[in-house]
Amino acid sequence: MSVRQLAKEQPDSFSFKPEYAERAKRIIAKYPAGRQASAVMPLLDLAQRQEGWVTKPAIDVIAQMLNMASIRVLEVATFYTMFELHPVGKHHIQVCTNLPCQLRGSDAVVHACKEKLGIGLGERTADGQFSLMEVECAGACVNAPMAQIGDDYFEDVDATSMRKIIDALKRGEKPKAGPQNGRVHSAPLGNFTSLTDEPKPAPMQDMAAAKAAFEKAKADAAAKAAAPKT
Amino acid sequence: MLADKDRIFTNLYGHHDWRLAGAKARGDWQGTKEILDMGADWIIDEMKRSGLRGRGGAGFPTGLKWSFMPKTESDRPHYLVVNADEGEPGTCKDRDMLRFDPHKLVEGCLMASFAMRAHACYIYIRGEFYNEASNLQVAIDEAYAAGLIGDNACGSGWKFNLYLHRGAGSYICGEETALIESLEGKKGQPRLKPPFPAGVGLYGCPTTVNNVESIAVAPTILRRGASWFAGFGRPNNAGTKVFCISGHVNNPCNVEDAMSIPLKELIEKHAGGVRGGWDNLLAIIPGGASVPVLPKSICDNVLMDFDGLRDVKSGLGTAAVMVIDKSADIVAAIARLSAFYKHESCGQCTPCREGTGWMARVMKRMVKGDATLEEIDTLERVTYQIEGHTICALGDAAAWPIQGLIRHFRPELEKRIASYRESKVRASAKAA
Repeated sequence: MSVRQLAKEQPDSFSFKPEYAERAKRIIAKYPAGRQASAVMPLLDLAQRQEGWVTKPAIDVIAQMLNMASIRVLEVATFYTMFELHPVGKHHIQVCTNLPCQLRGSDAVVHACKEKLGIGLGERTADGQFSLMEVECAGACVNAPMAQIGDDYFEDVDATSMRKIIDALKRGEKPKAGPQNGRVHSAPLGNFTSLTDEPKPAPMQDMAAAKAAFEKAKADAAAKAAAPKT
Repeated sequence: MLADKDRIFTNLYGHHDWRLAGAKARGDWQGTKEILDMGADWIIDEMKRSGLRGRGGAGFPTGLKWSFMPKTESDRPHYLVVNADEGEPGTCKDRDMLRFDPHKLVEGCLMASFAMRAHACYIYIRGEFYNEASNLQVAIDEAYAAGLIGDNACGSGWKFNLYLHRGAGSYICGEETALIESLEGKKGQPRLKPPFPAGVGLYGCPTTVNNVESIAVAPTILRRGASWFAGFGRPNNAGTKVFCISGHVNNPCNVEDAMSIPLKELIEKHAGGVRGGWDNLLAIIPGGASVPVLPKSICDNVLMDFDGLRDVKSGLGTAAVMVIDKSADIVAAIARLSAFYKHESCGQCTPCREGTGWMARVMKRMVKGDATLEEIDTLERVTYQIEGHTICALGDAAAWPIQGLIRHFRPELEKRIASYRESKVRASAKAA
């Protein structure tokens, strides 16, 4: 379990901006009547997208919107680690250090980030531009090591490419996400070992024959069940 | 080796158009109405005969699972929930299906929901997969616009709604009842079973939770026929499978191949072999973080399927192969996984909440050798006190990697303890 608490300093109020309120309405409509509590995670995410982090006033507003007790929303906000309970940087860098990434050098990537940004894990730069975190498996293991920055995955990184990415972000550029070593997504580097043929629709089985066989099997089973036991 | 014409995920690497036009050109959404017209019973029977076993880790037969749903609709609606909360360390197969073959999943959701008399399906995708969720949402919107799903899905007369729900970074929500809790807007803490979700699931209604891959392969199985799918792999281990090969190989990759492929062949054919050659191999974790590690001697011959790996006291799990070569510290590797389970325990059951923390702390000392020989036995005993004593399998998952380590690498632990002691003795002698 990870212990997560709300930030000590909180803003006075929260309200969804009109376009976010509109999105919230569409999200709530996805769930059956009376089950609007299901929208709590998407709404917390929405609040975080608007404010940069999840604030106490946002928790209260969402509780009211979904007709939930505030404590229930607080429970959810503190349980799920993607909800940032403290302000994070404009570029929130999350380096995966789980085993597949560790085996391929995530320690060096973390080290490069720390050195480049002058901050430690869980910290934010003074100008509020960057924050750095270590995360558990992000599910891009064949492209290890990787770091998630904002919504994007930067894969097959090493200390050098990570420094370059940070430099680009500092210059206000948008570095290209995905594998940083030139490979095609999760394919092996170099030549493909599969999927080299042009894909064609697969042949369809004979549906009429399949149906007939199924009906016959059903009839046989019924006859067997009905037959007197000997 | 599996031929390209028998591969289901023809856009695994995203080198073709993933949107509706591209998906249709590759054969998705062909004959969908014809298949639905065959009826729910035929679909479930065909899935049973295909031999497909759930691809999320547990390997429960998919067709059988579908057959547990009530046969008639009542006032409680049926739900299909797709588990796209992929987070087992080493596993990244669903990600490629979600972003590059989303229409296979959407079509599978329709067919599976129809077979289980569900008019609504929720796909629960892990929150970190933001771009993957965007692609999938585009595919869902395209399917609605083309009338493939919606009030009259594919002209079949079946009403079917499909919704995407994003998680927020919790490994435990990959457990089906935790996922249901989370989808209901609560903390993701697993429920006691029984009642099973097929009786009481989402919103208290009959629910089936399936992995992305299990659902996404269904349309191809139904189109090509159960016997086609059953023709790959050994009996009881049928089909094709997407493997994730990570760690110390020359070319880590995802790849679809036939079940029961020898582990060595899988790595050498697709991943460019172990770094420094096969003889440089130390160990492999063959099915995601929770399954026990295997030493090289077993890896030499083992087959990648449910039975083959079970027979060597490991498991196929999600078929996420993590390769560890001789340059790695095997104790540190397992200790890293222990730290992960400590982080991800939901805190509901005492053996897991307290046990994962305790094991992680002991493992940290084992890495240095700062322990006694007896503590190896204590550690092993504690893993058995956690395994099987919790509501969900996270306790088991935390216990198995350590059991595997002790089973195969006990001499390494002992060596470390001895050399740590020696260094202490030397240091104190020097001080004196």
